[in-house]
Amino acid sequence: MNEIVQFMLPELGLTVLLFVLLFVRIVGKLELAGQVCQLMNIALPILALCMWFMPAPEGAQFGGMMISSKLIVTEKLLLLVGTWIISLFSSPWLRGHRHPAEFYMLMLSTLMGIFFLLSSGDFLLFFLALELSAIPLAALCNFDLEKHVSGESAMKMIFSSALSSGILLFGISLLYGATGTLSFVQIPALLDGSPLQIMAFVMIFTGFAFKLSIVPFHFWTADVYEGAPVPVTAFLSVISKGSMAFVFVSALYTVFRPLSEIWYIAITLLAVISMTVGNLFAIRQQNLKRFLAFSSIAQVGYLLIGISGSSIDGMSSVVYFVLVYVFSNLAAFAVITLVSSATSRETIDGLKGFHASNPLLAWVLALALFSLAGIPPTAGFFGKFFLLTAGAAKWNSPVLIVAALNMVVSLYYYLRVVKAMFMDSSDDTMIRLTPNVSVQFALLLCTAGILLLGFYSPAYEWIRSLSFGI
Amino acid sequence: MENTVSILRQIPLNNYILLSTLLFCIGVIGVLSRRNAIIILMCVELMLNAVNLLLAAFSAYNSDPAGQVFVFFIMAVAAAEVAVGLAILMMVFRNTGTVDINALNKLKG
Repeated sequence: MNEIVQFMLPELGLTVLLFVLLFVRIVGKLELAGQVCQLMNIALPILALCMWFMPAPEGAQFGGMMISSKLIVTEKLLLLVGTWIISLFSSPWLRGHRHPAEFYMLMLSTLMGIFFLLSSGDFLLFFLALELSAIPLAALCNFDLEKHVSGESAMKMIFSSALSSGILLFGISLLYGATGTLSFVQIPALLDGSPLQIMAFVMIFTGFAFKLSIVPFHFWTADVYEGAPVPVTAFLSVISKGSMAFVFVSALYTVFRPLSEIWYIAITLLAVISMTVGNLFAIRQQNLKRFLAFSSIAQVGYLLIGISGSSIDGMSSVVYFVLVYVFSNLAAFAVITLVSSATSRETIDGLKGFHASNPLLAWVLALALFSLAGIPPTAGFFGKFFLLTAGAAKWNSPVLIVAALNMVVSLYYYLRVVKAMFMDSSDDTMIRLTPNVSVQFALLLCTAGILLLGFYSPAYEWIRSLSFGI
Repeated sequence: MENTVSILRQIPLNNYILLSTLLFCIGVIGVLSRRNAIIILMCVELMLNAVNLLLAAFSAYNSDPAGQVFVFFIMAVAAAEVAVGLAILMMVFRNTGTVDINALNKLKG
């Protein structure tokens, strides 16, 4: 019994928090916004510490339904810390809102779905967890109930996630027919590349491509990101996207390893298209959230190059990249949340003269954008460096050249924002923003993450040592 | 149960695959081409039910209960998905007064 409790500690911890929130919501008054935020800002790091000091034992439980390894625990921990940062910097925005407890309920149930998804060892649990991590997220997109764009983004989110899980499910059912089992452990031995299995794989791959917003399945991304409230966009683009990247990599490397010749071609092709389309569309965006949406599509393209490499390097470079991506992207979103909730400006032009009024915040945003663009010595440089090194293992030089060219293109649009902040002056100057303690802490955490991960090399070695034996 | 399985097996497996692929394609085309949000949700249901049919047929042919158990979970999840979808649709309807997805055109770039 005790063993199972320790095995499911992250999920059980989130369940307890959900019940606490429900209780607070039932007995408490509506004016509890500040307290709910504070409670969660303290409870989430405590849960993270518990996961760190009492890691789930390796192995499988519930007849192979749930699996756990050191790598999975690390991935969960990373996503939990990311959620904590979002919770820290969204508190000023939530205080002006009528339903803070609901925000946390939806966010934590999504996170719980993600945890189950990472631990799943069977397509049944995989599907349930996938839906648990998608359905509350659509409700979260509609969090600004009175805004038309918020509803529109939620509508697009639920339709695209329903379509993608339908396609994924059709693939799962074909795979079940072709192999006669749903267990991740048994499937690889039964894969021989028959037409039915190939079709099943293509369907499952398409479903994943929708969730990861790989071009040509990306059309929902920009609209959903733009319409959703900024903290929700941060959750979508960092936590949800990062978790899908983890699951995608481990599915390709474990369940579909026998079909690697097939997915290798598909992945390199999609990587090239995703990078190019994402970058070219990001150039012409004015809205900051839309701009970050297209930049995230381009980043997924780089990620695919890492996946196309051999397994250990591919796995560890993807985990490292997501680790870096969490800190850099969340720093950017934290500043955008501050600006948007104080002045409701969300365009690049709205940031003109930002450095003159808020020098420190402008530097944080600039640092985050440098890291996203991959300029050394920020951590983003090493993230991309390791991805390309992993991809280079197969000597696939044309794809690597396209990736390098794309990184040059991406510099232009990231630096365009920096130029607007530092060089352009504006007629209506920005008011001086005063972030409260929790936002300051979130910004400090992100900045430290960006800089330290850039200088502290054992981080990658440590992730690499965890990736052995997947 | 044995009787049901033998009845299911009277029809060749290929027919099940063809029928459910056809249903699935109708569902996908409906999702992509219809303009009414409620009909889109119905088409999603059609897609998921095509999967259910396929899983039940494979389960009967493989003599393995896992597929039939999966069907129940899909039904429950589909109900949850439609519930959230309809709730969001209610909010959109309050803001725009229509369920036509052509009204969802504020986000462009």
